[in-house]
Amino acid sequence: MKAIESNKELSNIKYELKKEQRQLFRKRLFSNKLMVTGGVTIIFLTLVAFIGPLLMPYNPYEMVVQNRLQAPSMQHPLGTDEFGRDLLSRIVFGAKVTLGVGFSVAAITSFMGLIIGLYASYYKILDHILMRVCDGLMSIPGILLAIALMSSLGPKTLNVVIALSIVFTPYVARVIRSKAIVIREQTYVEAIKVQGASTFRVIWLHIMPNTISPLVVAATFIFADAIITEAALSFLGAGIPAPDPSWGNILYDGKLVIFSAWWMTVFPGIMIILSVLGLNLLGDGLRDLLDPHTNYAKK
Amino acid sequence: MQEQPLLDVKELKTHFHTERGRMTAVDGISFQVNVGEIVGVVGESGCGKSVTSQSILRLLDEKNTAAYEGEILFKGTNLLKLSDSEMRNIRGNDIAMIFQDPLSSLNPVYTIGYQIAETILLHQDVSKKEAYARAVEMLRITGIPAPEKRVNEFPHQLSGGMQQRVMIAIALSCLPQLLIADEPTTALDVTIQAQIIELIEELNRKHGMGVLFITHDLGVVAELCTRVVVMYLGQIVEEATVEDLFTQPLHPYTKGLMKSIPHLDGDKSEKLHVIKGMVPTLNNVPKGCRFAPRCLYADELCLEKAPDLTEYRKGQKVRCWHAERIVLEEEGQYA
Repeated sequence: MKAIESNKELSNIKYELKKEQRQLFRKRLFSNKLMVTGGVTIIFLTLVAFIGPLLMPYNPYEMVVQNRLQAPSMQHPLGTDEFGRDLLSRIVFGAKVTLGVGFSVAAITSFMGLIIGLYASYYKILDHILMRVCDGLMSIPGILLAIALMSSLGPKTLNVVIALSIVFTPYVARVIRSKAIVIREQTYVEAIKVQGASTFRVIWLHIMPNTISPLVVAATFIFADAIITEAALSFLGAGIPAPDPSWGNILYDGKLVIFSAWWMTVFPGIMIILSVLGLNLLGDGLRDLLDPHTNYAKK
Repeated sequence: MQEQPLLDVKELKTHFHTERGRMTAVDGISFQVNVGEIVGVVGESGCGKSVTSQSILRLLDEKNTAAYEGEILFKGTNLLKLSDSEMRNIRGNDIAMIFQDPLSSLNPVYTIGYQIAETILLHQDVSKKEAYARAVEMLRITGIPAPEKRVNEFPHQLSGGMQQRVMIAIALSCLPQLLIADEPTTALDVTIQAQIIELIEELNRKHGMGVLFITHDLGVVAELCTRVVVMYLGQIVEEATVEDLFTQPLHPYTKGLMKSIPHLDGDKSEKLHVIKGMVPTLNNVPKGCRFAPRCLYADELCLEKAPDLTEYRKGQKVRCWHAERIVLEEEGQYA
């Protein structure tokens, strides 16, 4: 009986401890104001992308020619474009496309980068091959490579995702590889080998979990980079094809009328700045939170 | 007839391929560990102790950097001839190893319970629940208080001594027949050291487990081991029972090691004995006896020709030309 009671007591103490640790973590989380700002911005933009389209009174594809290039008004809070389409609706629908592309690219590069980085760190021969391929890809400026890939793949939203994933995977692979090489030499990796673990287990169950924090940070920055690059591609006409709205191709459309219709340049521009700034702040904050070792003295 | 030894290392050589050519870190060593015996391996840093232990488990990267020669017989099977998967079955299951630094030997992202259970699940066909129950049991055996609570904690929440106990619990979770302990007490403070040594001794007595105890601490050796192998620069220079080694070391290097132990009751104003010079690097191995450049007894013969490991008397082997002289001199001193 007594043992059971003391067990209960222990589990109570443990519960309390866990609660306290969670509180401490929360405190640390919220003490970084910039990161919270970034996080809130991203959450807001995500909500805009998912819920926004349901609230928009206008169809973003509907052209009303007599309303073309109207300045912001009560009816069209952000004005209309050169086909008379409501700019607010287009920006809100564009959020889904732009953030969708950014997120997909971040997810795919994380996955590919993880595989390439982990195996490159573990096998010397693979390391030479994979890292030289990555070096090759990285030696071409990202945007040029993306344009080249897009012109060979053809303008399609899916192709934008594929092209950007190819452009950004080497960066993630590098980050993962460098971290994994450090982990590989840790005694606990040797220790688990001594216990008779297979290579697969060593790589995926023991090295991989230790690379998650740099991966999360890298993925956040890739997310931001992908948004910028997608916008740049669309701005150059090699990104999201015409009728679909994306912040980049709204900017592209606005370029022609920049002196008569400033709103077509300013508002999508603000959206791009907001999302990229938000993601960068979030990424910086996450790095400080997850990787205390690289916490260069800030105060 | 004598029983077959648990571990029989015969003429083991471990080479490393480096940019400066092939280095032989372990050069033809032979020793045995019998069932239920604790064998100490002693020597200063860089003499090949750790490489020996890693070679036994074949932990070195054979594709790129290391090559083995000789035989490592574990219960009659040559470990050097086994395939990767056969070797994995031996590791953790039949031969386990504990390391010097317990904190870096535990994966920081998993609870200690998970890490103990993992080894059990790797080698035995049990359910996860049973494995966890066994993990708790192992923690209890190794003397961790409140194991049901500790089992869900992460390595950084434990003290160094407890981490080493966890390492031992992991190593012993499949009841191996041979435990290789690579300086398991070096990173711990003295009281914890004593507890860990006691624990290893107790487990050795209870389960008849053979232990290969690698250390540079002769005090620990005297307390724990039955037989001692003294290594210098990749070779065995002396092998003896603990009693023989401590009453009459034959090799000048062993003598030097003994003299450099501080004694509590000794004269504190006197400087501690120092073996002069450094261990030469592996690309700079002396031509004759490897210890000759640092040896007080060295003469021309030593510098010219390397001595073999010969049996000086029953159970005591030494690699020195002057063992006889050293013994006589010592007896003369005491006479």
